[in-house]
Amino acid sequence: MTENIERHRYDVVVIGAGGAGLRAAIEARLAGRRTAVISKSLFGKAHTVMAEGGAAAAMGNVNPNDNWMVHFRDTMRGGKFLNNYRMAELHAKEAPDRIWELETYGALFDRTKDGRISQRNFGGHEYPRLAHVGDRTGLELIRTLQQKIVSLQQEDAAAHGDHEARLKVFAECTIVDLLLDHRSGGPRIAGAFGYHRESGRFVLFEAPAVILATGGIGRSWKVTSNSWEYTGDGHALALRAGATLINMEFVQFHPTGMVWPPSVRGILVTESVRGDGGVLKNSEGKRFMFDYIPDVFRTQYAKTEDEADRWYDDPDHNKRPPELLPRDEVARAINSEVKAGRGTESGGVYLDIASRRSADYILKRLPSMYHQFKELADVDITKQPMEIGPTCHYVMGGVEVDADSAATTIAGLYAAGEVSGGMHGSNRLGGNSLSDLLVFGKRAGEYAARYVGELGDNRPAVDRADAAAALELALAPVERKSGENPYEVAQDLQGVMQDLVGIIRRRHELEESLKRIADLKERADLVFAPGGRRYNPGWHLSLDLRNMLLVAECTAKAALDREESRGGHTREDFPQMDPQWRQLNLVCSAAGDEVRLVRQPVPPIRADLLALFDRGELSKYMTEEELTELDARTAAAARKEGI
Amino acid sequence: MLRHFRVWRGDPAGGRLEDFRVEVNEGEVVLDVLHRLQATQTPDLAVRWNCKAGKCGSCSMEINGKPRLGCMTRMSALDADGPVTVTPLRTFPVVRDLVTDVSFNYVKAREQPAFAPPVGVAPGEYRMRQVDVDRSQEFRKCIECFLCQNVCHVIRDHEDNKPAFSGPRLFIRAAELDMHPLDARPDRKEYAVEEQGIGLCNITKCCTDVCPEHIKITDNAIIPMKERVVDNRYDPLVWLGRKILRRDQVAAAGSDAGPKVVGLREAPVGLPPEVGSDGRLPVSEVLFDRAGAASPFGDNITFPLPPENLPYEHPSEDPSHGTSGRDR
Repeated sequence: MTENIERHRYDVVVIGAGGAGLRAAIEARLAGRRTAVISKSLFGKAHTVMAEGGAAAAMGNVNPNDNWMVHFRDTMRGGKFLNNYRMAELHAKEAPDRIWELETYGALFDRTKDGRISQRNFGGHEYPRLAHVGDRTGLELIRTLQQKIVSLQQEDAAAHGDHEARLKVFAECTIVDLLLDHRSGGPRIAGAFGYHRESGRFVLFEAPAVILATGGIGRSWKVTSNSWEYTGDGHALALRAGATLINMEFVQFHPTGMVWPPSVRGILVTESVRGDGGVLKNSEGKRFMFDYIPDVFRTQYAKTEDEADRWYDDPDHNKRPPELLPRDEVARAINSEVKAGRGTESGGVYLDIASRRSADYILKRLPSMYHQFKELADVDITKQPMEIGPTCHYVMGGVEVDADSAATTIAGLYAAGEVSGGMHGSNRLGGNSLSDLLVFGKRAGEYAARYVGELGDNRPAVDRADAAAALELALAPVERKSGENPYEVAQDLQGVMQDLVGIIRRRHELEESLKRIADLKERADLVFAPGGRRYNPGWHLSLDLRNMLLVAECTAKAALDREESRGGHTREDFPQMDPQWRQLNLVCSAAGDEVRLVRQPVPPIRADLLALFDRGELSKYMTEEELTELDARTAAAARKEGI
Repeated sequence: MLRHFRVWRGDPAGGRLEDFRVEVNEGEVVLDVLHRLQATQTPDLAVRWNCKAGKCGSCSMEINGKPRLGCMTRMSALDADGPVTVTPLRTFPVVRDLVTDVSFNYVKAREQPAFAPPVGVAPGEYRMRQVDVDRSQEFRKCIECFLCQNVCHVIRDHEDNKPAFSGPRLFIRAAELDMHPLDARPDRKEYAVEEQGIGLCNITKCCTDVCPEHIKITDNAIIPMKERVVDNRYDPLVWLGRKILRRDQVAAAGSDAGPKVVGLREAPVGLPPEVGSDGRLPVSEVLFDRAGAASPFGDNITFPLPPENLPYEHPSEDPSHGTSGRDR
């Protein structure tokens, strides 16, 4: 190989330039480390911009009763008690400081009457808790962090004469492999190898610490609210470097994403459409939700359309329409209708408010939805029904990390944000993502910087042979003379995940998905990307495919193993939540490109945190043995106090 | 239904429009069709995109000569018969196909002094009224698609203006910081004039027209910034005059006589529009609705300007003006 490889030496390399990555980079630079941020797209375009609702932080600006303990409780309930309790605790305690800090960087949140940061209500949060800026909170967050990075660069320019002396952003650069140093006691991170998208030239970063902040995996589903960047790069890099993933079976689907027109497939449709009178209909025009009321909800939901329709005006004397069942129930119903052949051509059902409410009413109550459909889809929701279906939204699972330091099991490798796992348990509450990014992004930066400081002269070294091997692998798709079309392989993978590892899962379908993924892996090894290396999207996709497939296999394997339904994992053959399963995390590792899965006990929740819940609530989640032990501890503590 | 697409393909060395027949389905946007071209005909067609929902500002391109976001341009909104012509942003150097090198914008952003936090106010103690943050919040809606930068006449066909001109995207950033209730820097306006070249803006409102976030760039950011600067004796013309005519030095020397003239600019020379090697106008100009290049002063302005609307004091009416250095 005669290729000249561009080389850089840094203390900390952050892969990913979304909220978590930028916050981590700021912290590492503030700790005095030379830091590089690597971004797959342009600086400031990360998927964080899509977050609308807000960032959850118990500041108590709107309701002074709010505090970290209430936030912690809400988060654990949302995650069905499978959360890493220490992460949930740190998150609840530190989120307010992280939000206030953003104001010192120049963020402008919406205000309360007395001039504080306003907070809004959101599903699962007991008090108004989401700091927000209209419906573009994620954009504000990204822009604020981006501008803070610029301000640090200006300080460096003043001190060193170079904006990029200590903090540099490598935009449109993709990392394909992490490099390890195996000498002196176990593998340590030594660097990262990647390519510049613009030129196709390769680049080698020599760095003792790497922070993964690459976001999620949603691009492997056909209908998703995620952007092309969400190919599970960080998950796959971690696996191949020897780190582990947990809880990969938990993927959050929102029941109502747009499915038609194709240009907007996956974009969320707010629940308030249903709250304000919208109903779900199948292709035969039938309002089908009445057929899907589970027994446990029978007493709370209307049996007839007449009764349901009276509820909107008189909720005290009528039962709720079944369109307002919990999200997983609605998604399951939509899924069943489509599978039974009563869906629309594009694989969704109709959400109809046009035939039920006047145009004036719709415009007044749902202006942003009207605007979204009008501008993006040319659909007038006051005249036409919307076509909707479940959309892949977020992955709760991710790289297994230490709660306090965000460190993975590999020395020098850290992970923060959506790519890390544990914080959200089996289901994430709205608003907890943006605060998660900030809290654990900061911690990852802080601890990575500390790790580099402690290394002293004992820095790991890159083995050139590893870089050469990574280069050869990366070049293969452009150097072949013929082969598979990467776009077709990607579309087939999306079909497999959508149909077989979607919102409702069954054993035989999951088994089938694993077979198909194995076939796709073989095809992905033979993809061909003509057109050279300069900004060639076909080549980029060919390299992303490898990551998508590895991570898809983890999700399918974990989903097959977990025989219960909990949060973002619903098994039709095991519809109940099982307290025995709450004690187990499913942990994936990779040997070569093979995924291995083991069951690992969930650490018991610390007693003082457990004491924040009453026993009645805990009994819904815990086994008899756990409860007996809890009672014994409580009794012992009471006796001690008595003495 | 099959449609005729003409897509610019090439790199810094050159390129041309390539013709494609491509399937277009109901409800699709231009970016969908480009993705179909990638998946079925030209896997290496370079185009930037991310969110596909008009929120990230990545897929900026020129569609039938108009700067737009590919994800927000519905096929049904375009002329149903003719070909659809897609070209890269013209103001920035091409990397490949529809991807351009937009680093100009990031370099300019890095030069602009960042938010200066108020001294002595602890995090969590910031208090601002909603009515006071509203104005800056409008500018923070910006998704950095750089369509405003692309369309701005000052730099669109004038590479030589780029060093001295930051462009509308950064003028709204200047205005945002200027209007931020707690920003501690007092000199945002002066900076906009002296370092960002806001004075070169001709108020043609092209930037406002193309903004996908509907930010009133000209009315709410540029004009207020210019007006306040005028209040501050930082009239761009006076400033220019001072630079050219060295009036500061003359005034310092105490010279006090001579005709009252401020720095007069040379009348702009009409530049012929640039033509390609084939002798034709570039695509975007072909589709402009009037002949020749657009007026740098805006299309709603007639000359001579009525004196009462001039943004500076006419020299003959202002006895306080000192001498000119014209004869020196």
